[in-house]
This record gives sequence, C-alpha cells and structure tokens, in this order.
Amino acid sequence: MSLSTDDVRKIAFLARIRVPEERLEPLAGELNNIVGWVEQLAEVDTTGVQPMTSVVETVTPMRADVVNDGAISDRVLANAPDGEGAFYAVPKVVE
Amino acid sequence: MSDLRDWTIASAADALVKGDVSSVELTDAFITAMEAGRTLNAFITETPEIARDRATKSDARRKAGEARGPMDGVPIGMKDLFCTEGTRTTAGSHILENFVPAYESTVSGNLRDAGAVMLGKTNLDEFAMGSANITSYFGSVKNPWTPKGANANLVPGGSSGGSVAAISGGLVIAATGTDTGGSIRQPASFTGLVGMKPTYGRCSRWGVVAFASSLDQPGPLTRTVEDAAIMLQAMAGHDPKDSTSLPMALPDFRAACTRDAKGLRVGIPKEYTLDGMPADIQKLWDQGAQWFRDMGAEIVEVSLPHTKYALPTYYIVAPAEASSNLARYDGVRYGLRVPGSSLDEMYELTRGEGFGTEVQRRVLIGTYVLSAGYYDAYYVKAQQVRTLIAEDFRKVFADVDVLLTPTAPSAAFAEGEKMDDPIAMYLNDVFTVPASLAGLPAISVPGGLDANGLPLGLQLIAGVCQEETLFRAASALEAAAGFTARPGPVAGTAL
Amino acid sequence: MSYIIQGESGDWEVVVGLEVHAQATTNSKLFSGAPTTFGAKPNENVSLVDAAMPGMLPVINEMAIEQAVRTGLGLRAKINRTSVFERKNYFYADLPQGYQISQYLHPIVGEGVVTLDLADGSTRDVGIERLHLEQDAGKSLHDQDPKRSMIDLNRAGVVLMEIVSKPDIRTPEEAGAYLKKLRAILRYLGTCDGNMEEGSMRADVNVSVRPVGASELRTRVEVKNVNSVRFVMQAIEVEAERQVTVWEDGGEVRQETRLFDPNRGETRAMRSKEFAHDYRYFPDPDLLPVKLEEDFITRIQASLPELPDEKKDRFIADLGLSAYDAGVLVADRETAAYFEAAADGHDAKQVANWLTTNLFGALNKMGLDIAESPVSAQHLGELVGLMEDGTISGKIAKDVFGIMLETSKAPGVIVEEQGLKQITDTGAIEAIVDQVITDNPDQADNVRAGNDKAIGWFVGQVMKASGGKANPGQVNQLLKQKLLG
Ligand SMILES: [Mg+2]
Ligand SMILES: [Zn+2]
Repeated sequence: MSLSTDDVRKIAFLARIRVPEERLEPLAGELNNIVGWVEQLAEVDTTGVQPMTSVVETVTPMRADVVNDGAISDRVLANAPDGEGAFYAVPKVVE
Repeated sequence: MSDLRDWTIASAADALVKGDVSSVELTDAFITAMEAGRTLNAFITETPEIARDRATKSDARRKAGEARGPMDGVPIGMKDLFCTEGTRTTAGSHILENFVPAYESTVSGNLRDAGAVMLGKTNLDEFAMGSANITSYFGSVKNPWTPKGANANLVPGGSSGGSVAAISGGLVIAATGTDTGGSIRQPASFTGLVGMKPTYGRCSRWGVVAFASSLDQPGPLTRTVEDAAIMLQAMAGHDPKDSTSLPMALPDFRAACTRDAKGLRVGIPKEYTLDGMPADIQKLWDQGAQWFRDMGAEIVEVSLPHTKYALPTYYIVAPAEASSNLARYDGVRYGLRVPGSSLDEMYELTRGEGFGTEVQRRVLIGTYVLSAGYYDAYYVKAQQVRTLIAEDFRKVFADVDVLLTPTAPSAAFAEGEKMDDPIAMYLNDVFTVPASLAGLPAISVPGGLDANGLPLGLQLIAGVCQEETLFRAASALEAAAGFTARPGPVAGTAL
Repeated sequence: MSYIIQGESGDWEVVVGLEVHAQATTNSKLFSGAPTTFGAKPNENVSLVDAAMPGMLPVINEMAIEQAVRTGLGLRAKINRTSVFERKNYFYADLPQGYQISQYLHPIVGEGVVTLDLADGSTRDVGIERLHLEQDAGKSLHDQDPKRSMIDLNRAGVVLMEIVSKPDIRTPEEAGAYLKKLRAILRYLGTCDGNMEEGSMRADVNVSVRPVGASELRTRVEVKNVNSVRFVMQAIEVEAERQVTVWEDGGEVRQETRLFDPNRGETRAMRSKEFAHDYRYFPDPDLLPVKLEEDFITRIQASLPELPDEKKDRFIADLGLSAYDAGVLVADRETAAYFEAAADGHDAKQVANWLTTNLFGALNKMGLDIAESPVSAQHLGELVGLMEDGTISGKIAKDVFGIMLETSKAPGVIVEEQGLKQITDTGAIEAIVDQVITDNPDQADNVRAGNDKAIGWFVGQVMKASGGKANPGQVNQLLKQKLLG
C-alpha cells in the first residue's frame, strides 16, 4: 500500500500539522519508505496471538473516590498563551 | 582531584562522608565545568542557583547528621524530559520552549529528596525521538569523543545525548535518561559510559513528557555499574500516580553488584549477528563472552526467532502512541501558539511550526497506522508480534540468567551521517529495541575501543524484574573489561 | 400507539435509538482527584491531569467502576469481567488531551433492557446495547467575546456512563417514556441524579425513517445534546418530518450530526462536525485492562435497592393497586417512598387515591414537589386512619386535609382543636332531631302524610345543625323512627 500526496494531506489534517504544499510530495516518499519497511511484519504468522496490552502483568490500580485535587487554577492557567479571567481563550468556534 | 571525570557517585559519597570535600565545593567545580563545557551544548537550561542552594542544604544536613545517603550532595544532570517545578522543561522542542511546569516529576523529585544536586536540564532529541541528538530544537549535542587522527564532530547518540555528553565531558557526575527504544543504552555505548534501563514500571513515568507510554522508562546514566545501582535505587519505586508503576518493593541494587559471574548462564542470541556488522563489534562481543567464560560463567547460544521484526514493530507501536501523546500540544493551555483565523488553523500552524521534521514524520506515521482501515493491518499486527517477541524472551530466560549482545551496531558516527535516511538512523536501535518491546531490564557497559579509538558498549539483558542478576553480571563484565579510556578533557574542567 | 407520518408517497414510520450520557454520581473525576461539583468558578475543579499537562497520567476512580456495574445490574445487563479503556483521538478546544479516554471494543456493560410504562398502562421493552465509561469534555463558551471562545475545563474528566439503546423506539412518546424510566432507574440506584438542566443527563437521538412495512433501516441522523424530555420528543418529530420530506423530494438523507434548536423548533447540521472524523481508537497504554472479581459484582448485586418494576409488581400484587396507579407511584423514588410510608398500616388504595388525586393536585397548585410537601406521609396515613375508624367522615376529612396543607398540623390535632369529631352518641343526635322536628311542624306533617322524600330535607337540616359532625346513618334512622313510627 502506498500513500499519495492526497493521503498525506488528509493524514496531516487529522494530525493538525500544516504541511506546505511543496513538502507533500517528498513527505509521501519518506512515509512510503517507512511504511514499506514496516510492512515486512505481514510475513509473521500471528493467527491466534493476543495483541500485547501490558508488558508487565499487574492488576489495574484504582483510586478511592476522594477529592484531593483541584482549586489550583493559578497553576492550571500559568502557561496559557491566551486567556480571559480564569478561562483559556481560543479562536472563535462555530458549532 | 586533578580531573573532574575521576568522580563517581560512590567516590563523591565517600569524600562527602569523610569531609574531604563539601557538596558546595563539588558543585561549584562542576558549575564551572558546565559553563566551560558549553561547546558541547549538553544543557538546554543551566540551574546553578538551584544547584548551589541544594548543595548548601546538603552540607547543612550532613553537619546536622541528617545526610540522606549516597546521592546526597552529588551534582547530576537532569534530562530535559523530566518536568521540574519552576524550571523550564522543553523536551527539546520549540513547542515547549517556554513551558515552566508547576509540578515535579516523581523521578526528579525522588532524586531531589535523596539530596542530589541538579546542575541543569540536559539536551535531548526532540521529544526523545532520535538516536543521535540531532533533532533538538536547541541544537545538536557534541560528543566529547573524537576519532583518532581526525577532528570530526561525532554525535553522542540519542535521545539522552546531553546527559552522556555532560558526564563524559566531566560536567556532571551522573545524569538521568529515558529509554524508549535504546535512548539510554545507545548513547552510553557511544560515550564509554554505563546506561541502564530498568524493567518497565520500576521508575515512575509521572511528570516525564511522554513519547511512547508503553515503552518509556527512566533510568540512570553513570560512569560505573555501581553508580547506576546507587542512582536507580534513588530514582525507582512504586508510584500510585502511575497506573503502570510496579507495586513491588525494591531490592538492594548496589548489594547486587558482586562482580561475581561464577555459575551464571549467559545467553548469546544468534539472531543478533548482523551481516555487515563492523568487525570490531563482533570482536568485542566474542571478547565479552570469553570474559564471562574466564569468570566461570557458562555461555549458551540461544535463539530469539522474532528479533528481526522488533524494529519494524517498534516503528509502528512507538509512533502510534506518540501521535496520540503529542496531541495535547495544541497551543491552547501551554506552550507555543501560532495565531490562526480558526481553531483548526491555529492547531495546524502551531503544530506545523512547533514540531521538528522527525517528530512530524513520526506523528504522521502514527496517525496513519491508527487510521480507519489500517489499524488492524499495522497496529494490531505489531502488538501481536510484540507478544511473540516477549514470548521469545520468556522462553530463553527459563534457560539462561542474562543475555549478552552488542549495544549498538556501530560506534559514534559523524554529524550529518545517516541523516538523509530515517531507516538507517532507526537501525541504531536494532539491538536495544527488543528488550524495550518486552519491558525487560537491560544495561550497556563500556567494553573497549574500536580501531578509531571510539568506545563500544556491550549490552546485558535480564528477565522481568531481574535487575539484581543484571547488576551482578554487569559489575562482573565491567571488572573484566577494565575500561578506563576517556576523551580529551573539556577545557577548564579540573578541581 | 403507533406513530405514522403521512407523506404524499404513503405512510412512514420513525426508528429511534438513544445514546444517553449520564454523569455517574462520584465525588472525584474518572481519572483525577478533582471535584465534580456543579457551578464552580471557571477552571476551579481542574487538576493538572484534567488540563493534560505534559507527563500527567490517569488513575481509575474505583467508584466510577462500581457505579457503572451497579447501573448495569439495574438494567438487567451483562457485566463484562474484562473491559478496556481506549483513546478516542480528535482535536477540539475543550478536549485537553487531544483524545477522550472512553471504552470502545470492550465496554464494561453489555446488553440489557428497559421496560417502558406507557400512558395506557401497558408496557414495552427497549433493548440496551451497551453501557461504557468515558471522560466528559470541558465547556466552550461562544458568547463571551466576538472573536474568541472561552474554555472552562471544570467538566473535563467528569465520569460519564454512555448508555446506548437499541433502535427499538418507534414514537416520540416511547422516547420520552424511555428517558423517564431510565432516569427513574438511575435515581433509584443512586448512580446519577438525572438532572438534565445541570447537564448530568444528556441525550443524543439517532433518528431514521422508513416506509411502513419496510424492514431495512435507512440512513440515521444523530441529533446531539438534547437536554430535556420534551425537546427529545420534539426533536424526533421535526427531524422525522424533515427526513420524510428529503426522501419524498427524491433526495438522500445525509449521515450527519445535527443540533436541535428549541427556539426555532428545527434541527440544523453542526458546522464543527462537518469533517468526517477518524477517531483512531486504540487501547490507552497509560491504563491496564479493567478486570472485575466475581465477589465485587455479587457484593454490588446484593446492595441493589428494589427497582421501579419490582415495586410496581408488588404494589399491584400485594396492595391491590391498579397498574396505572402503581405505575404513577413508582415513577419517582421519592413518591414511592412517601406512598409506602403513608400506606403503612392503612388502606393502601385509599392512600393511593388521596395521594394521586388530592395531594398531587395541591402540590401542583403550590408548585412544590413531594419532598417539599407540607403534609407528611405519616399525617396523610393518619388522616386515612381517622376515616377508617369513623372518627371523621370523608367530607370532614377534605376540610381537615385543607387545614393540613396550610398548617402542616397532624390531622388528629386539627380534629381535636376544631372539635370535628363525628357525633355518634345517640342521645346527643336525638336531641338535635327532636329540636328540628318541633321547629318544623308543617314539614313533619307532610312526611307523616306519606311524602317520605321530605325525610331527606330533615337529614340535611340535622346535619347542618350538627355542623356536619352527626353520623348521617344514625340521623336517618332516628328520623324514620320519630316521624314514621
Ligand atoms: Mg456516542
Ligand atoms: Zn460518549
């Protein structure tokens, strides 16, 4: 399977990365090299093999339902590029 | 002390206990060295004030008889992937250039609480994605080692390149690293140092900027195996804030460094022999096996049949997880924002400008392998192969105690090499990635020099949570190798 | 109760499935220790984890798991021993991580059923497809600034149970009944407060239409975030109408997400959802699969309260209530509790009548709900008791009830204070009767002359003279004796 520049444009939008038009072509080439290379996995017989979920077998830890966080809006907002009062601000969204 | 590079954690700890030197004296000397060694570009952010403050407090504790053990007062470097409260944490990326965390990662916090003195945040490949430390937004790191008779700039390896350059250049005594596919072990091999990746889950990932969550694991970079054991003891431990942290008590790692290999069963995986592998590396590998034989260990040839699929598996799993882990860098709550007329445009411009080429490449690959129609063929397939790779190891460790392999397929190479071809670059990790995929503890120990006088490392891999066996074998290998070579000193680094 | 849309081409039926997002009742969030309280200052209920700061990691809140299992058991659903949290990847301003941690291939709860109580007293089962746990997103405010949207992450990470029905719903009424019943079950279980105004229960409505008799399903449209039972019913009506028109005009209904506009009473396509999403689900590597122990499930099973359906059956079987009354009384947890307290030791049917006719009516007028009723359950029971033992007549009881509504006093006290006790002492009644007869000789003769209808007039006079307290039976009997011998 080989990626067209159009595929790359779609993937780049999914990843929200602006790729200059002239970079699409070469990038498609690079990605195809890598994808072509990883496709060698196809030759491995994996019928009935469980996909790995965790490298070390342990039970899922769970928290008790207690409030021990929050009320730190100063720290939460400290690095915000744009904001208003205690809000983060982004370019207007139309729903 | 004539040369700062004579210091180890252990020797510094002794000197501090004996009172031969104070933490402030030690720290000032290394701050001077750090400033003199800027040509290496090993640090992204220097923190001399923090260092002096912690050194002063350490000396005070010691005076009051409240010293906290072997890390107390020891100057170290902190890979700039560990979030440090009040100190900017960049992950080597433009997108986090001005990010100042309001929290301290568990590992850096553990080291701080053990009394370690942070000199600064060390350089790394952007988001730890790289094997040469050439993808950092803050510039490449220079390897203090230079090839015999040439003065080419060599890469220090990656992604923990700043940490190893700082240690081998004598700018710090030890440093933290993180290892996703070899980012601790391969740079250690490139700089004649010890680099140790513990079992996945030994060190908390809380507060470590994530690259690939199921693979990322912090670990120590040091001059000696014993130092690695001492430092890991301080870094590791169960952390309820990390759901993948191992809920187990830690063994005494230092005590495991017995230098005794008698009766050890050491496996040599035949699949790790690559055609076209440099003769020097094959030679060192054979030498390593011989050292173990001479120490009374038993050498067993073993087979890990799925080894050749480890790298392609890694280059599906790691980018897939990274594409999702890096989605949070969107210019909304922290980090770089490039204004846009719409939300989507803001996202695209911010991430297009904030991420470097290699990071973008991996995010796109990861986005692609997870996307509709390809998920099963790539991601699920890779996770199945990963299961087979882990199975290979499990079977082998029923028979042997440790595996001996080269750490990397080459010595440090010149900047500019392998840069045009991502896959050639990825091949650096061919020997380190399998253990990462299986979550196994592994360590790189300096074995010798190649024909160009460049260091080469040997890797030891042990079973899940078998760090004690690993340190035992590593300390023995270190003793046998007796590696003492050093790069020429960085000007102004003497105490 | 079939719901048919007459089109030019013929009759159409509507096929509806509901995805309800119910906020699980927990103190802290799904993966962080931040509070879930409603109405906090912007970004006050936010932890570093909720804000997706670099290196932050999720840790599961065990109460979220417990509430999901409890709800699953309440929906008579299959509890999955192993479930997996996955990442649903998409970019949005109020989605800090760039992905929502949700459950996809392996939800914690599988197939179940909700039984609808319809207006005519009949019931109908609607299938539950699944219930899964997921994080809520934050809130975007668009009306604060002309050029910017404001982001508040207080809700980000709050525990949601997404409850997905099968496309078994055929009428707007059924959709309403489904939501009401689901809310009742959640409230009985204590797993969600069901408060739609505060957004702790939101519905996405999947609507499609097809010619009556057709078996294949047509393209469905998802109408998002309809936040009241009434709006859900309206949204279904207008969206179904719209689709019929599109089909009949020879068009194609597009698979899309639409928004219901209650002011305009119409649905419109969502701009922000224009691009087809590719969510790239994959298991969250920061979390391990959730494995449930048998005893964990049985412990929760054992702690389940009696649910509306069981209660209804018991009210009908043991208390002899009508299916309708039983349905009304169990519809909400508080009402059922009130009824059971009031009926304790008294004629349940009587209590049910007083509750559904007199008390509900009064509370409606006063705009109060049962919890705020000035008449306590015990007092209502006592009032019925006073009628049962003949202390007061039904007529007096109505007056006493009126006073109870105003004063919240116990009916016994009121009867005492106002001396409303029924007079049963024959002597006393006889005195009044004699008095009335002597006062009205002509009327008396008239009766004696054989016009016994006029006795009724005397009864009225005696009751009047006794202030309504005389026992009507005795009065009647005495008059007959005296006048007709
Ligand atoms: Mg949904
Ligand atoms: Zn949902």
